[in-house]
Amino acid sequence: MRLSRVVTPVAAALLATAVAACAPAEDEPAQSGESASADECAVADLPLVKKGVLTVGTDSPAYEPWFVDDDPTNGEGFESAVAYAVAEELGFTKDQVSWVTVPFNNSYKPGKKDFDFDINQISINPEREKAVDFSDGYYSAAQAVIVLKDSPAAKATSLADLAKFKIGAQTGTTSLTAVRDVIKPDQDPLVFQNTNNAKQAMLNGQVDAVVADLPTAFYISAVEIEDSTLLGQFQYDGGEPEEFGLLFEKGSKLVPCANRALATLEENGTLDDIQQKWLSDAVSVPELQ
Amino acid sequence: MSEPATDWRPSERELARRRTRSRQRRHRIVVASIATVVVIGLLGAALLLSPGWPRVRATFLDWHHARESLPSITEGFWINVKMFLIAEPLILVAGLALALIRQARSAWLVPLRGLAIVYTDVVRGIPTLLLVFLFAFGMPALGLAGLPTSLFFWATTALVVSYSAYVAEVFRSGIESVHPSQLASAEALALSRAQTMRHVVVPQAVRRVVPPLLNDFVSLQKDTALVASVGLFDALYAAADYANYNFNYTPYLVAAVFFIAMTVPLARLCDVLARRLARRERAGAL
Repeated sequence: MRLSRVVTPVAAALLATAVAACAPAEDEPAQSGESASADECAVADLPLVKKGVLTVGTDSPAYEPWFVDDDPTNGEGFESAVAYAVAEELGFTKDQVSWVTVPFNNSYKPGKKDFDFDINQISINPEREKAVDFSDGYYSAAQAVIVLKDSPAAKATSLADLAKFKIGAQTGTTSLTAVRDVIKPDQDPLVFQNTNNAKQAMLNGQVDAVVADLPTAFYISAVEIEDSTLLGQFQYDGGEPEEFGLLFEKGSKLVPCANRALATLEENGTLDDIQQKWLSDAVSVPELQ
Repeated sequence: MSEPATDWRPSERELARRRTRSRQRRHRIVVASIATVVVIGLLGAALLLSPGWPRVRATFLDWHHARESLPSITEGFWINVKMFLIAEPLILVAGLALALIRQARSAWLVPLRGLAIVYTDVVRGIPTLLLVFLFAFGMPALGLAGLPTSLFFWATTALVVSYSAYVAEVFRSGIESVHPSQLASAEALALSRAQTMRHVVVPQAVRRVVPPLLNDFVSLQKDTALVASVGLFDALYAAADYANYNFNYTPYLVAAVFFIAMTVPLARLCDVLARRLARRERAGAL
């Protein structure tokens, strides 16, 4: 009896301290303007996750043509090349860039991020900008339709023709929104977790056509699914053309510096060259109305 | 024998005891209330005063996003409900059949018994998520004529396969818990083995395992969300899809509320049945 009278308040006090200790440290408030001068973007002054290293995130597996061999560190593939070009422009050498795996739906979780920016074919839209910050777009993507060559869907000549088929697209993407808003199919679209599942469902006959952004679609039809072809491409304009942006923690001071780097790469043609090199094949696909 | 009302008065000692008891009770109530208020207050304060709270509230508790995602989650939830309603009776039948096969003593049924044992062992060893994957993507890939390619069909099949193995074990434990004297009595009454099972063992076994069975079904209700992994647009997937497009996790909470609304009544029913069962079992003996 006596003992428990002493022990209980002590335990309660310990619990209280433990709860107090759980409270995380105060975030430093971050506010950023849109432009940055060169000396604000000196490597030593950049607010990096790890000092002296640019930590870049992307999902795993990293799909072609955005990355090559599922290895973002080799500098091959469109987004790997863009990431290294931005890094170089910011003043990092190639071995000062380190990559971390960031599953797509972790990229926007609140709180501290473990990457400086994430590059993962993430489309910029106003809803998303409430949760994270984006750089200016580094690529504008059209949507494309993949069908099996011998499928009845291959005979479709317009988006309206496609409406009567079972259509699939990846979850959380502009492609899926485009299916819902532009094609408006009669049956509910099939929604995939990733392009591998899309491929399997197509081969199984569970879906007649798959919509993805043009470079991904091109790669799927050229390399991943034999006997498939690109029916055509179309622009999904939910107001303005869809653009991919680098994703930053909300309020990151890196954004203006990255935008400066991207602007330079745009001006001196580097971005165009990278695009030509890794995505050039995708140009000759017919437009679907 | 009734007490004479006028004679007895509690003694001084008894009154003192009562005073002490009520003082102790008051003391306990005060301490318990203070402790509860302090603990809940501290937890609440830690949550609300944490620097990330405004961000968490905006990401997880956004009214606008909850409303926007509600229609598609509601629609998706019908898939969960349908799947549960279709799978449940099938699981009961398959589970009981498996359990009976394992208990069969006929020499002819030995190969079946072996298969039933292998089935329960293998199936229970495979994570349900993997079964859903294997069935939903693997079976249609066989390309056998006549087999449906519907994801709903194969995902439901996977759930039936997985849960029937667990339910079979529940039934088996029920069957084995029936006292041997019951079997001996049935034999003494000249019942055949099949008749004994039908009229003596199974009814008692089933009654005894109702609570654990319902427990499995509570778990099945939630596991219908596993089918999201193969692209069936159920409540969870509808929530995930909205979350990924709009970068806001609120729909996950909306989906969670749906699942709670479905499982809590069954969980309570489970408790009620367990209590009634306990009462009934005790009634004869004690």
